[in-house]
Amino acid sequence: MLIFEHSTPGRRATAQAPATTAEIDLPAQFLRRSDTGLPEVSEMQAVRHYTRLSQKNFSIDTHFYPLGSCTMKYNPRACNSLAMLPGLLQRHPLAPESHSQGFLQMMFELQEMLKAVTGMAGVSLTPMAGAQGEFAGIAMIRAYHDDRGDAARTEILVPDAAHGTNPATAIMCGYKVKEIPTDEQGDVDLAALKAAVGPQTAGLMLTNPSTLGVFERNIMEIGRIVHEAGGLLYYDGANLNAILGKVRPGDMGFDVIHMNLHKTFSTPHGGGGPGSGAVGVAERLMPYRPVPVIARDGGRYRWLTEDDLPKTMGRLSAFGGNAGVLIRAYIYMRMLGASGMPRVAEFATLNANYLEQRLRDAGFEAAFPDRRASHEFIITLKKQAKELKVTAMDFAKRLLDYGYHAPTTYFPLLVPECLLIEPTETESKEEIDGFIEAMIAIQREAETDPDTVRSAPHTMPNRRFDEVTAARTPDLKWQAGE
Amino acid sequence: MSNIPSELKYTKSHEWVSDNENGTITVGITDHAQELLGDLVFVELPEAGKALDAEEACAVVESVKAASDIYAPVAGEVTEVNEALEDQPELINSDPYGEGWLFKMKAADPDSLESLLSADDYAAEAEE
Amino acid sequence: MPFIPHTEEEVAQMLAAIGVDDIEALFDEIPADIRCQSLDDIPPAATEMEVTREVQQMAERDAGALNFIGAGAYEHHIPAAVWQLTTRGEFYTAYTPYQAEASQGTLQLIYEYQTMMAGLTGMDVSNASLYDGASALGEAILMAVRVHRKSKSKKVLMPTSVHPAYRATAKTVVKHQGIELVDLPIDADSGRVDPAALAAFSGEDITALVIPQPNFYGVLEQADELTAWAEGNGTLVIGLVNPFTLAILKPPGEWGANGADIVCGDGQPLGAPLSSGGPYYGILCCKQQHVRQMPGRLVGRAIDADGKQGFVLTLQAREQHIRRSRATSNICTNQGLVVTASTIHMALLGPVGLRNAAAASLANTHRLVEKAAALGITPRFSGDHFHEVALKLDQPAAPVLEKMATAGVLGGYDLGRDDAELADAILVCVTETKTDADIDRYIDALKAAQEPSAPSR
Repeated sequence: MLIFEHSTPGRRATAQAPATTAEIDLPAQFLRRSDTGLPEVSEMQAVRHYTRLSQKNFSIDTHFYPLGSCTMKYNPRACNSLAMLPGLLQRHPLAPESHSQGFLQMMFELQEMLKAVTGMAGVSLTPMAGAQGEFAGIAMIRAYHDDRGDAARTEILVPDAAHGTNPATAIMCGYKVKEIPTDEQGDVDLAALKAAVGPQTAGLMLTNPSTLGVFERNIMEIGRIVHEAGGLLYYDGANLNAILGKVRPGDMGFDVIHMNLHKTFSTPHGGGGPGSGAVGVAERLMPYRPVPVIARDGGRYRWLTEDDLPKTMGRLSAFGGNAGVLIRAYIYMRMLGASGMPRVAEFATLNANYLEQRLRDAGFEAAFPDRRASHEFIITLKKQAKELKVTAMDFAKRLLDYGYHAPTTYFPLLVPECLLIEPTETESKEEIDGFIEAMIAIQREAETDPDTVRSAPHTMPNRRFDEVTAARTPDLKWQAGE
Repeated sequence: MSNIPSELKYTKSHEWVSDNENGTITVGITDHAQELLGDLVFVELPEAGKALDAEEACAVVESVKAASDIYAPVAGEVTEVNEALEDQPELINSDPYGEGWLFKMKAADPDSLESLLSADDYAAEAEE
Repeated sequence: MPFIPHTEEEVAQMLAAIGVDDIEALFDEIPADIRCQSLDDIPPAATEMEVTREVQQMAERDAGALNFIGAGAYEHHIPAAVWQLTTRGEFYTAYTPYQAEASQGTLQLIYEYQTMMAGLTGMDVSNASLYDGASALGEAILMAVRVHRKSKSKKVLMPTSVHPAYRATAKTVVKHQGIELVDLPIDADSGRVDPAALAAFSGEDITALVIPQPNFYGVLEQADELTAWAEGNGTLVIGLVNPFTLAILKPPGEWGANGADIVCGDGQPLGAPLSSGGPYYGILCCKQQHVRQMPGRLVGRAIDADGKQGFVLTLQAREQHIRRSRATSNICTNQGLVVTASTIHMALLGPVGLRNAAAASLANTHRLVEKAAALGITPRFSGDHFHEVALKLDQPAAPVLEKMATAGVLGGYDLGRDDAELADAILVCVTETKTDADIDRYIDALKAAQEPSAPSR
């Protein structure tokens, strides 16, 4: 039932708004005459309705969630409770610096920690999501070339394994996109890269480890090729969790990076955001950082704005980005400390390699069997799809019945019938073992009772949906009188 | 095997072309292409009057989980688009060579049709 | 080891299963010479108890002032139930609802949000939200250019009464797309666009006109007249609204004869705390015929294999994960958690509660204006305003605001920061959260701050 169907005219959650008899002292031309359509329910009705809705979700707090490239790790409770302290929630974004020193100190320290763990010269916290961080990064590359009068650079190179945001971002920054193929071992095809670079190359966007779940072994050579051609190297931090504290993007030669704080630094995904896509830059891109940035002058903290960074690539939000998310990342990083960061990568990698090996032992086919898994890996179900007519999607849906969220399906696009699996470091061995047993059980079902798998899920609030009709005739809101 | 009418011309990118013999050609996507794409849910067509280069991306067909570009088979100008597809994109699935046509265009160079694939050539391509 | 559950024995078992001696061996594909040597600049691990104490102290340093700043972020009462429900683990720690069958909670909630926001704005369709109001304005402009295929100029009229940070953000978002943002000056007395000023652009190919309501100065624009001009000129209308005010103000869907084409704004006033500027969320609504050009996620109602109703992400072929370089935007996230809070907030307030909160804000602002008049301080602009107003002082505003802050009152936004001609003007916002005593305290602080040597009395 929708909240609107609980609505009764005249019912109110009385304590939630002021009782007022105030006259509206405005000319009629400005006034609303129609209904807003908001529901009229009691406080308890609303609480019960949204509590029940929440119970229809899978979440990290309730289920193993091995969604590849998404880093669904545990979100520590302290990060939330501290970020909700009244002093932090009530601070107006335009409060004077005299009333902001506590917040600014936290943000400054966060910038410093992110610099240290990525090996970059400077950080800006303002991008509100990974995709906005990408946009900021590529716009900085563009600002750098434009500033040097190097207008011939019109092209961004993107490996074919990249996230869809990479090419979309390059286009938003006014670039053309050239795809670079991947070789059979999952590395960038160096010959193709050499052939593709030139005076038109503005930069290369690379995820490392890549979305194929392997570390790009030729990274230093790739950097050399792109830099010699005059291009810059962009690091998509989607998979930073795999190498945190083990190898730093700055040391790999990247000029600009974005980090997904909602992945690596454990801020909640919140059912699809808010995220935070802080960017890091090498020395030569410092002038172009998105504003505002936080600086320390003596013992005081202050904002740097367009006045301090006149060459900035610009402003990305009304204020300084998703502060509440940044505070959560700050608290998480403080609890990890210097020793905790490499352990994140170590145990994420241990869990992934263990899970991959056990699945291979059980007969599943790894997409890159000769490679070491990073924090994630791909299995391909093309054999099951061909011989048993049971697809990766069928496995994914059946896993829900076994109480596991599905891995990422059909991404990356390069591997047919793939499942991209990322267990993260916070899962225990017994949880992973349970997932392996579920995969083995579903394989057995696919052989003996394939219809059960093909028609899964069977235990969720809904079965599979008719998405074709939903897309052909979109129903995007409830209408009164239905 | 899907249906590949012998009287039509084809492109490697799965468009079919019919010569209307009045200076215009009709363009659609092949039966093979619609099978690969699955149930189509939306079609984005060029505006009539738009000038196109050969192999220029000029339309998009969408299924639930994919969007595919349609390329101009030859250079020329769009003369008419199939407005029925706005409400019924499924016509491309049910009748790709008939009611599911996408747009008509006037080829800049009538001889350019010669460079397109024959039905046999396309069948060999699609086989791969 | 924070948040890592493995025992030594389990690690040994797992390494044995993989067939390596130690965890370090799993990193053997990374070239040795680039491996990270030290993380000296990162402090050692702090326990939850230690970090709690530190963060509490930092939070307390910033707390306690009485806030009268608005300027794009508004302090409203948020019912206790809102964030208690929102931070339930099932909402807080879920991912994007790609697996619809295991995400019905989030999906239905977004569908309810879309319904509420479409109703509030009077538009046909709302998306599942964008990042914030400023970036939503940028996306709305990109969308207008895609929608209006007949317009070749890519010129968008942007009144200077739009929030300066919004204008800066919109410029960042659109500047590489050949779009020209043309400043539309406001009338210096009324503080709003004079509809007659649009005559200068009549007959010109203008892709879209942005109409802020209320505008940055809190003044109400003559939205009907401006929309009527746009309709006559073949120009799309982008409404930029504060949704909180729509309980009282005419919704953009009803402006002019046919309403705005696209509506954007910031959802913060509906359930998000000030929180230093975010996370908030961006509103994006449009007419039905433009929906395929909309960026961001959309949730639709669908029927499952048993014929049962449910909800799915739909029209996904617009988005970057499918369309890649041809996507409507590179955006992947919505601000899901804040939308969750906002939906619950709207459900709890309902139509009467929201109207009362807005009416109380409006009345409180009028009260402050009246009391300021007794000090000889009057509104800078003559146009009707909502719950925010520019007050003109007889001296520069910045030092006055500084003195007020020292007295624990954040007296408003210094309009001289963006416009030297308004260096003597304060933008002040009074919401329903302020009592008569608060307003008196404001007036006292303002009075004291204005006096050159502030003798105490």
